[in-house]
Amino acid sequence: MLRDITLGQFFPGSTVVHRLDPRTKIMMVVVYIAALFNAKSWVSYGVVLAFLVFSIAVSRIRLSAMLRGLKPIVFIVVLTSLLNLLYARGEDVIAHWWIFTITRQGVKAAILMAARLIMLVMGTFMLTYTTSPIMLTYGLELLMNPLKKLKVPVHELAMMMSMALRLIPTLIEETDKIMSAQKARGAEFDTGNLIEKAKAMLPVLVPLFLSSFRRADELATAMEARCYHGGEGRTRLNVLKFARRDYLAFAAGLLLLAAVIVLARLGL
Amino acid sequence: MDNTVIKIDDLTFFYTPDDEDTVPEDVLSGVSLEIGQGSFVAVLGHNGSGKSTLARHLNALLLPKGGTVTVFGMDTKDEELMLEIRRRVGMVFQNPDNQIVSNVVEEDVAFAPENLGVPTPEIRQRVDEALKTVGMYKYRTHAPHLLSGGQKQRIAIAGVLAMRPKCVVFDEPTAMLDPQGRRDVMKIIGRMKNELGSTVILITHHMEEAALADRVVVMSDGKLVMDGPPREIFTHVEELEALGLTVPGTVKLMWELRRRGLDVPLSTLTVDECAAALADHFGK
Repeated sequence: MLRDITLGQFFPGSTVVHRLDPRTKIMMVVVYIAALFNAKSWVSYGVVLAFLVFSIAVSRIRLSAMLRGLKPIVFIVVLTSLLNLLYARGEDVIAHWWIFTITRQGVKAAILMAARLIMLVMGTFMLTYTTSPIMLTYGLELLMNPLKKLKVPVHELAMMMSMALRLIPTLIEETDKIMSAQKARGAEFDTGNLIEKAKAMLPVLVPLFLSSFRRADELATAMEARCYHGGEGRTRLNVLKFARRDYLAFAAGLLLLAAVIVLARLGL
Repeated sequence: MDNTVIKIDDLTFFYTPDDEDTVPEDVLSGVSLEIGQGSFVAVLGHNGSGKSTLARHLNALLLPKGGTVTVFGMDTKDEELMLEIRRRVGMVFQNPDNQIVSNVVEEDVAFAPENLGVPTPEIRQRVDEALKTVGMYKYRTHAPHLLSGGQKQRIAIAGVLAMRPKCVVFDEPTAMLDPQGRRDVMKIIGRMKNELGSTVILITHHMEEAALADRVVVMSDGKLVMDGPPREIFTHVEELEALGLTVPGTVKLMWELRRRGLDVPLSTLTVDECAAALADHFGK
């Protein structure tokens, strides 16, 4: 059961979107979010949506995978839409009941707010679905490099993140083993209410915790034995390099932001 | 010895206790040893004999509390030389899971050269070469956690080879492997010694593995108790058993036969040698 957990939510592939430099994709997500928050009208939302649909189509990510990812935010989307629907101010009253008034402006605000949230999440999925965790970490490290001047331990943070990613499968395997060992001695994990289930997990977590300390110690020794001494003077097997497609993609992102801002100026 | 690469002189070591009242117990006491270039030395000893602690002194993971350890003419206490020492003396550990640092095989093998600041094109060259040496080249883009224990250990060895060390210390590299993985790892160790001319130090408690070495060093309670070629060491069946070690099955058989009055040699390390010796004896 634990083996089903996927690392992050990366769908390997070889499309243009997959091959884009992780730095490009991270920056594009930032620009995309900026565009989304500047969009005010049906037209500008339409432009951002077209951009999103185009990227999804190019990346060949199945729509079902995208929609599955939306499940956890359904509640928030419904709630915020409902609040917008009921509390947005406007003159064109459609319906009135007790203390609630629904206006045309309210309907518009509700729909656009739901669209904004869904498009926001889908846009970030485009990054995590098409970029391997290692590449994502590497991209973040390079983008944050200027922060080193402010004494932010950029290399150390990136190394910690990639170590965590490295150990997830190992720890899942170990959890599986411990749970099997406990089951063999009569432990039950699938019965009882939530509190009972949580209590049953305690004897699993304690040994898991202890062994991860031992593992961390051994791993640190092995890293030292292989001459690890921090980020200073380190080189890389795979070096990231911006290609033509990166400039084109980023230009398209900037164009999107510009278009949305111009549309907002025009009152659309 | 002229070609000495590792010189241990009167080495003493203890782990500093957590509270000050406890008197620390020596894990190593007065160990002296010289290891020559290109030799294959097996260090034998039961659990707690100090053999792993000794290994960790060879690449400055631990520093002597008394005596000196000199590696390729460098004193391990000199902090300036630490990286230089670790580059020359690679180390492979027992648990392959706890020494692999990346989610991609080739990235893991590249870890040491990356740390050493090797230029990118040369890293690629070293990684490919190291993966070919251990026969894992076709797995270079795989995720290590999906490989078998033996395969993971071969990746770990490749990760050390990519440093191009002059000497490699194996700290019980086969203890967690199945028989097939064990055979593969031992084959690679043999190849490193014969083809790459590396100095190999193998910490083990498998007699069959120690039998492949040129020289066997036996440790007990932090002291060096025997030192010699395997054929000679393994004739001391009773002493070894008193130290909690068992001799290879072939030697044990000959020893039992001798006890029952047969005049057979004790120096048979392989099954073939053993069979030949028996055929020779009974053929007379």
